Amino acid sequence: MPSAQTLLQVDDISLSFGGVKALQGVSFDVKAGELFSIIGPNGAGKTSMLNCVSGRYHPQVGSIRFREKEITRLKPNQRCNLGIGRTFQNLALFNHMSVLDNIMVGRHHLLKNNFLTGGLYWLTGARKEELEHRRQVEEIIDFLEIAHIRKAQAGTLSYGLRKRVELARAVALKPDLILLDEPMAGMNHEEKEDMARYIIDLNEEWGMTVVMIEHDMGVVMDLSHRVMVLDFGKKIAAGLPDEIMANATVKKAYLGEEDDDLVDSEGEVA
Amino acid sequence: MSLGSSMRPCGDYRTTYASDMTIFATPVTRYITLAFIALLFLVPFVGSPYVLNLMIQIGYYGIAALGLNLVVGFTGQISLGHSAFFGFGAFASAWLSNSFGVPVFFAIPLAGVLTMLVGLLVGIPAGRIKGLYLAIATLASQFILEDFFARAGWFTGGSAGAMTEYLTIFGFSFDTDQSYYYVVLIYVVLIFTFTSNLIRSRDGRALVAVRDHYLSAEIMGINLTWYRVMSFGLSALYAGIGGALFGHYLGFVSAEGFTIILSIQFLAMIIIGGLGSIYGTILGTIFMVLLPELMEWSVNLFSGSYPDLVQSLAYIKEMAIGLAIILFLIFEPEGLAHRWQRIKAYWKLYPFSY
Ligand SMILES: Nc1ncnc2c1ncn2[C@@H]1O[C@H](COP(=O)(O)OP(=O)(O)O)[C@@H](O)[C@H]1O
Ligand SMILES: [Mg+2]
Repeated sequence: MPSAQTLLQVDDISLSFGGVKALQGVSFDVKAGELFSIIGPNGAGKTSMLNCVSGRYHPQVGSIRFREKEITRLKPNQRCNLGIGRTFQNLALFNHMSVLDNIMVGRHHLLKNNFLTGGLYWLTGARKEELEHRRQVEEIIDFLEIAHIRKAQAGTLSYGLRKRVELARAVALKPDLILLDEPMAGMNHEEKEDMARYIIDLNEEWGMTVVMIEHDMGVVMDLSHRVMVLDFGKKIAAGLPDEIMANATVKKAYLGEEDDDLVDSEGEVA
Repeated sequence: MSLGSSMRPCGDYRTTYASDMTIFATPVTRYITLAFIALLFLVPFVGSPYVLNLMIQIGYYGIAALGLNLVVGFTGQISLGHSAFFGFGAFASAWLSNSFGVPVFFAIPLAGVLTMLVGLLVGIPAGRIKGLYLAIATLASQFILEDFFARAGWFTGGSAGAMTEYLTIFGFSFDTDQSYYYVVLIYVVLIFTFTSNLIRSRDGRALVAVRDHYLSAEIMGINLTWYRVMSFGLSALYAGIGGALFGHYLGFVSAEGFTIILSIQFLAMIIIGGLGSIYGTILGTIFMVLLPELMEWSVNLFSGSYPDLVQSLAYIKEMAIGLAIILFLIFEPEGLAHRWQRIKAYWKLYPFSY
């Protein structure tokens, strides 16, 4: 598991929206090949942290480096070339496109055809190129078991399936680092088990480094190599899953909170 | 977007990805479409001059409307200045051939390119602003260009307008409706095929992605500014070519025709036809070209009993356009393309309605 090489290095990130301090001096690193989880109560700043890594937010203070390269100021669309992909907490599919087209959009930065060559399709090799990528996309479709809905319009699918299509789209980016924002939220037990299996496979078979935000503590403890806990924008703990479970601060700040949605219906909080 | 699966007969499984990626949903659709295009080539032999004239109008308006659909229907932006691009293309082609002796054959596509440059310029704010602000910006571009048409006598001939030459290839002059019809038809076939290909390849998908969810489009590596500006450039390219075809058909171009009213008519074509639908664009254009004809026809029918009607014809035509837009927005917001899908589905399943 943790090979020594650092893939993502986050140093002293602070982010505020007007008066709201979403993140305050957060530092952590993720090693290549790791499955790293971020947990914490609602509003703790977990999504904001992912947004800083994926480029949607630019922190006022601190630096983010990916494979030693400074990316803090890079635009979001310049980050997939480097190998960063993500899914969203609230579904963010292209609702009027087919599932297949949604996933093909993930290949955007890998495809070369453009307005002109795409329009001339047969004459410019665009057809051949699209076909090659279609083949690779079909592998992702098979892996995530969504072959039966590939022609369906994304916006018409059930919540669980849409989450899966979003994952497929992120995988199509061919990322080295994949950021998953609550990939199992709102899923039933069976769907969660499937999703957990996909995430493990992506990490182990496909060799992707995973940073995941998840509320289901059972899943987090089973899957993660390391866990970081955020509370009110601050990092309050980080370590191996067992250490986190035993940490008194974490228990107080987070695990003890009965009304939080992390103590979900199935009572999976150990 | 066409989602083929629901329209495919059951049991029709694709065995290769290539056969799944053809431009037509089924071989039958392909043959029907190709046969239809072949039939279109026969129209000059049987159609009356009246019919030919209408079809030529549908051709050049349809090309321009398709451009507008790219920016509005596919990319999800708003453009209220499309007729100014159409006009610019008409003047540009006349200017190129009159002032520089550029053969009309080349002047038409070149006019498209010049108009595209103007469109890119107008599109620059689109990279930054959306919604109502963009609507106002494009409206402003409409008025600025109209003003330009009136003042730039060197380009447009000023208030007198510009004469245009007929298209001539190897000494053959396309100066009749019969011959010019083929010019327009070939442009229509090429541009609609090009656009169908574009929409199913990388950059076409990117446009739709920008429309559907621009934040996640950006995460997918799509440069929002580039695609928002380019969609304006493309829409102007199409409008410019449509306008140039219009100019060399009429033999004369004057600025009065390219007002906000025509821009709204272009919007009506794509709303009625179906936003984000390529063949819907043609359906909508047919509707909008035939609607005034229908009005005129009905007015003449009743003019015996209500002679005043004839004087009000111009108003009746405009009101009919407005009414059509409103009725479609209320009852068929997805346009004729959607209605057509439903009719096809109905007959496919007949007599079982589900
Ligand atoms: N775009 C934004 N504008 C203003 N406040 C924001 C924005 N994004 C996040 N916040 C605030 O930052 C804090 C952290 O939010 P978030 O990162 O979404 O938390 P989490 O994902 O841990 O539930 C919250 O107080 C939230 O209201
Ligand atoms: Mg969140």
